[in-house]
Amino acid sequence: MSNPAEGTRTLVIERQFSHPPEKLWRALTESTLLAQWMMKNDFEPMAGRKFQFRAEPMPNWNGVVDCEVLSVDPIQCLTYNWGVGGGDSGLQWVVAWTLTPAEGGTHVRMEQSGFGPDQQAAYQGANYGWQKFIGNLERVIGEVD
Amino acid sequence: MVLGVKPAHANPVFRALADPTRRAIFEQLSRQGEQTVHALTRYAGVSQPAVSKHLTVLKRARLVRHRREGRETHYRAQPDALAPMVDWLDHYGAFWRDRFDRLESLLERMD
Repeated sequence: MSNPAEGTRTLVIERQFSHPPEKLWRALTESTLLAQWMMKNDFEPMAGRKFQFRAEPMPNWNGVVDCEVLSVDPIQCLTYNWGVGGGDSGLQWVVAWTLTPAEGGTHVRMEQSGFGPDQQAAYQGANYGWQKFIGNLERVIGEVD
Repeated sequence: MVLGVKPAHANPVFRALADPTRRAIFEQLSRQGEQTVHALTRYAGVSQPAVSKHLTVLKRARLVRHRREGRETHYRAQPDALAPMVDWLDHYGAFWRDRFDRLESLLERMD
């Protein structure tokens, strides 16, 4: 089982909401609520459940995100695969939601990480971390200009 | 929106940099400027054929360029090739922040 929290982080968005974790959990896991802020979907909160997010197709993207639920830890953590482009040519990530009770509300952390099953092995053994690379990316780019 | 981020363009870059040794080589070239295969081999701590193989993958993703001088091949980084990855971070960052905004307004409407 891959652990997206270790060494493979690529993108993290965090925010504090003035609502209880139970309510956040419903918004994250009830299909009709999820559709109102994410995309149309056939999500169910069961590990192994394959589902799709669907948006309007557009150039370079058919509007479909192929997903599979990886873990469900009620009112705390939810992870799913996130695949765009399908098949071998597509791009794969893991999206992890973590809810932490905070004073007067909930701290929500979304982490998008990883690059697909064939590359997970490289990540697990990585002593030269992707996270560090992303951290240095800005500097590398900055030196070019 | 932006979820596609032209996977066809981003993919060789992501795949090339998915390997930690290749990331290390690429960053070494970005930091130190042009390097010979020999110098990179000393740095990377793997065999020269392995380094050459990694350089070929980086070359295919247009992340490095090479020139020959006598018996030595010199490589240098092409950080412009990172653009699809920077786009990806920008686009997905904007995507998720937008979704967080929507989540916030949904929470207000929920019981």
